[in-house]
Amino acid sequence: MEEPPAIELRGLTRHFGERTALRRVSVRVPAGTTLAVLGRNGAGKSTLLRILSTLLRPHAGEVSVFGEPLPRRAFAVRGQLGLLSHEPLLYNDLTGRENLVYHARLHNVGEERVEQLLEAVGMERRAEDPVRLLSRGMVQRLAVCRAVLHQPRLLLLDEPRANLDPAASELVEPLIGRGAGCTRVLTSHDPQAALAEADLVLGLKDGRASFVGAPEQLSAAKLAELYA
Amino acid sequence: MTIYGKGLRGLSLATIATLGVALTLIFFYAPLDANQGFVQKIFYVHVPLAIISLCGFIFGGALAVGYLRTGDKRWDMRSYVAIHLALIFGIGGLITGSIWAKASWGHWWVWNEPTLVSFMIVLLLFATYQPLRFSIDDPERQSRYASVFAIVAGAFVPLNFIAVRLAQEYVHPRVLTLSGGNLPGPMRLTFLVSFLGLLLLYVTLWKYEMAAKNARMQVRALRRRLLGDDGIRPVGRSAAPS
Amino acid sequence: MKTTLTVLRKDLRLELRTLETVPAMTLFAVTTFVIFHFGLNRATIDGQLAASVLTTTLLLAGMLGVNRLFVAEREQGGFDAFLLAPVDRTAMLVAKAAALFTFLTVLEVIAVPAFGLLLLGPSLGRSLPGLIAVLALADLGIAVIGTLVSAIAIHTRARDLIGPVIGLPLLIPALIATARAIGPLLAVHGSSSPPGKWLAVLALYDVVFALIAYAVFDFLLED
Repeated sequence: MEEPPAIELRGLTRHFGERTALRRVSVRVPAGTTLAVLGRNGAGKSTLLRILSTLLRPHAGEVSVFGEPLPRRAFAVRGQLGLLSHEPLLYNDLTGRENLVYHARLHNVGEERVEQLLEAVGMERRAEDPVRLLSRGMVQRLAVCRAVLHQPRLLLLDEPRANLDPAASELVEPLIGRGAGCTRVLTSHDPQAALAEADLVLGLKDGRASFVGAPEQLSAAKLAELYA
Repeated sequence: MTIYGKGLRGLSLATIATLGVALTLIFFYAPLDANQGFVQKIFYVHVPLAIISLCGFIFGGALAVGYLRTGDKRWDMRSYVAIHLALIFGIGGLITGSIWAKASWGHWWVWNEPTLVSFMIVLLLFATYQPLRFSIDDPERQSRYASVFAIVAGAFVPLNFIAVRLAQEYVHPRVLTLSGGNLPGPMRLTFLVSFLGLLLLYVTLWKYEMAAKNARMQVRALRRRLLGDDGIRPVGRSAAPS
Repeated sequence: MKTTLTVLRKDLRLELRTLETVPAMTLFAVTTFVIFHFGLNRATIDGQLAASVLTTTLLLAGMLGVNRLFVAEREQGGFDAFLLAPVDRTAMLVAKAAALFTFLTVLEVIAVPAFGLLLLGPSLGRSLPGLIAVLALADLGIAVIGTLVSAIAIHTRARDLIGPVIGLPLLIPALIATARAIGPLLAVHGSSSPPGKWLAVLALYDVVFALIAYAVFDFLLED
């Protein structure tokens, strides 16, 4: 039996009060590939990522990750997901290391992994500073560590390069880039950058799946329409 | 699609009839109390209001369990209506109790009176129900949190009564004891009819309000389906489930 | 269990580092004693009055702690971090309640002697063990209800107000039981063991609300 797709959405719908954030969105993401989610602010990108991360429940339609339907099997799948969201999800008054150790314990990961990651992103010398005192770029690097701490099979990246200068960007690339070898869903303010990395594109407009297909199939006109 | 209007007319008529009979009994049939005189008759209204109110709160808590288990907004609607009607009945009970207290003991409020005091505490708690709902914007979260509150507060009602009763000597006449009540015949009949009338009133009002809210909810859903999101005006903040 | 300890350690560490909650609670309590002194216009108090003053003050100071309990989670993304982990979510209830219990204990270690110095007539010595037992049970109730109410309040708009407004009525039975249990201990020729009836009420209260809180807490976290 072939491997189930990493993500399968069928008619996914989610409301916030009377506003519909996602409207019958369907897409199939094979394992190991990268999905770029494009669209304007408010098109539903972050909502989609939050649903995939099990933080939000779908209101209608079907969501399954690695063959496990959500939200019923959310518990089984949670440990295999890594979310990098707008907020770093770090406590300001704890140090970088303390934050990562906290997450490591929650995910049942050994502390050596924390040290390994801190070194990988070049934060080992600032790891004893409270997060409050770090620059945004450093905080983002720590957030990346947090997201990949437990070696997730699916990475959900909401604007991963935000606040990162080119040097830092290079440091995190092996952790969250194509080379990481896992399935990825990413959104970006810069559609061209996202397209360059994508195997599959989902274009959202007002919560609807306006385009689903390979990056080459996305015409310039269609792209403009998504961001209109 | 649930319809709450079924049988509403029959229920309303039954309510009015029973209340009518009750009033007649209260004024013309039930004997005058030797000590307290005419004012004692308010007891026929006060006690049922209080009992129904407390049961309404516990009922609201039970309905809230239904919402948490199924996620169906109708349970939340039922719970909301049950609680807010119970609060109104409760305030009525408190006021009539106060009138009775003034007439019987000369004070509008007595502290060394556990039933009245614990009742007031329960009302204080449930008075926060609507402000709580109103302060949560997301409707689903509002329903969920309100349900959690209703369950906790519903469980609180009996605990509260136990604690307060233990704390004080009682002045409040023990009307209905576990041994079945110590009311003489005609008073008992009047009391039961009055209780039944007010209970019917509660249920009728509950069904009316459910029917109205349910209908409104469905009209909105239909309009949204037909006209799209733009066809309906946004509801804005509201304490009631919509 | 391990999750609970992880979250608890994190919270205690944060409190030690920021000192946001416990000093404020303690200061509030001591100030309240001073206010009571002037308000009651008496040099010393004892018996039931003293028990009520002490219990009320501790309860109100506890409400300050309740307000702060989930703030870091809400403002710094702690909820998301926790919810993303493959852990039992009621661990957060237990951890937070344990943290609040700890804060209350520290509060009492300072406030009760202060009370003894500032307001109380009879000496505390004899009644101390009984006092500790009663306060432990009371703290448990405040911790459970406080955590529950704080979790509800943190997602509402009027955050700091809703907590005490809901929490205080819910805690009144605990307040009554605590004050009644302590009363005889603080009387001039008081006994040294608290009345069993009130301990039983407190214990019942704690158990019932702990069970309810355990059952409903999950619903407060999910989305």
